[in-house]
Amino acid sequence: MARIIGGLTTSHVPSIAGAMARGEERTPYWKPFFDAFTPVHEWLNRERPDVAIVIYNDHGLNFFLDKMPTFSVGAAARYDNADEGWGIPILPSFEGDVDLSWHLIEHLVADEFDLTICQEMLVDHAFTLPIKLMYPDSGGQWPVRTIPITINSIQHPLPSAMRCWKLGQAIGRAVNSFPKDMKVVVVGTGGLSHQLDGERAGLINKAFDLFCMEKIVSDPAALAALSNREIIERAGSQGVELMTWITMRGALNGDVRKVTSLYHAPISNTGGAVMLLSNGSQSVSLAAE
Amino acid sequence: MSALESLTDIPGTPVFTGFSASRGLALNKMCYSFNDRESREAFVRDEEGYMARFGLNDAQKAAIRARNVAQLIEAGGNVYYLAKFAGIFGLSVQDIGAQQTGMSVDAFKAHLLAQGE
Repeated sequence: MARIIGGLTTSHVPSIAGAMARGEERTPYWKPFFDAFTPVHEWLNRERPDVAIVIYNDHGLNFFLDKMPTFSVGAAARYDNADEGWGIPILPSFEGDVDLSWHLIEHLVADEFDLTICQEMLVDHAFTLPIKLMYPDSGGQWPVRTIPITINSIQHPLPSAMRCWKLGQAIGRAVNSFPKDMKVVVVGTGGLSHQLDGERAGLINKAFDLFCMEKIVSDPAALAALSNREIIERAGSQGVELMTWITMRGALNGDVRKVTSLYHAPISNTGGAVMLLSNGSQSVSLAAE
Repeated sequence: MSALESLTDIPGTPVFTGFSASRGLALNKMCYSFNDRESREAFVRDEEGYMARFGLNDAQKAAIRARNVAQLIEAGGNVYYLAKFAGIFGLSVQDIGAQQTGMSVDAFKAHLLAQGE
C-alpha cells in the first residue's frame, strides 16, 4: 500500500529562485534559509519518496480570474513551468503520476470535495521552487513524480482553514488506500506572514509565525480553528498561504515528529520558514484527532 | 460555524473580494497577459493601444500611466497580477511596498529586517 512518509513545508518566495540562479546560497542574507535544507536532503536521501503531492497556490500562471477553482488537482503525465512575467528561470518539466492522481480525485470527490480536475496544468514558482530546494543538484532530472494540488488564495471567498484541514485528512486517507507500494511526501508551500498590498505592506508577524510553527506540529486543530479574518489580521493578506501548511498537516495521520525546522525573517517581504515532519506508521497521531 | 465574516475593514489591508474582482477584471486580464514576453513587449511599444485593447476604464488607465500601485488596487487590481505589470519595469515587491507605505526603499527594507529580530 502507499504510505505518506512525511510532510515538508517551505516558503516559496520568488527571490529564492534569483538567489539560486546567482549562486547566493552562502551569503549572510540567504545562508540560514538554504542551510535548513541540509537535514531535509539527508532525510530525502535516506527515505527516497516516490511521489511528492505538492499543495500550493497558483499566482496567476495556470489560473486567471475568469475561472478560479477553490481546489484543483492535477491528473497529467507531465507538468510544465512557464514564464511568470518577472524573470525567474523556467525550470525543467515535472513527471506526474496519473494513476495516483485519479485515485486521489476519485476518493476526494467521494469524500465530498468538489474539485477541478486538470489534465493540463502549468505549475508556477510555488510548486517548482520547493522541488528545486528539495533536489537542488538533480540537474532537472527530478527524482520524484509529482501531483499538484492548488488552493485558491487570490479570489475571496477563500476556503476556511478547517476546510483545508479536512481536505488534508481526505488526502491522507486516499493515499493510504492506494493499492501500490510507494512512498509519498506531502509538500505544503507558502507563507508564512507577509502582505504585499496596501498601507500595511511589509507586515511580518514573527510571534504569530512561531506560534503557527509550534501548533502545526503539536496542535494543528488549533490552526484549523482560525478564521480567515484572524489569519489575515495576524499574518497579512498573503499570509493565507498558511492554508497549504494546514492541508499538508491534515494528510499526516501517523506518528508525527518534527525532523527539522527553521524560521528566518525576512526573506524578501516574508517570514521565511521551513519544516520537515516525519509520519511514522503507527496509527495514533500526536494530535488530538 | 459562522460562514460569513467581514474582511474589508482590516486597517491598511486590501482584500480581493468579489467586488474588487468585478471592478478589476479588465485590468487584471491585461496584467495576466504579461506572463507572455511578446505581450510585455507589445505593451511597452504601445501602452495606450494595449490598454484600449483590454478595455481598461479611465481610472485604471490613469493608474497604469502613473505606475501607482495603490491606485491600481483601488481600481480593482490584484497584487499577484499587478506584480507582472511591475516586473516590466523591474520593480520588486520592496519597491511596490515602499511606494504604498510612503517609505523610501531603504527604509522599507529596514522595516522588514526589524520585524525579523
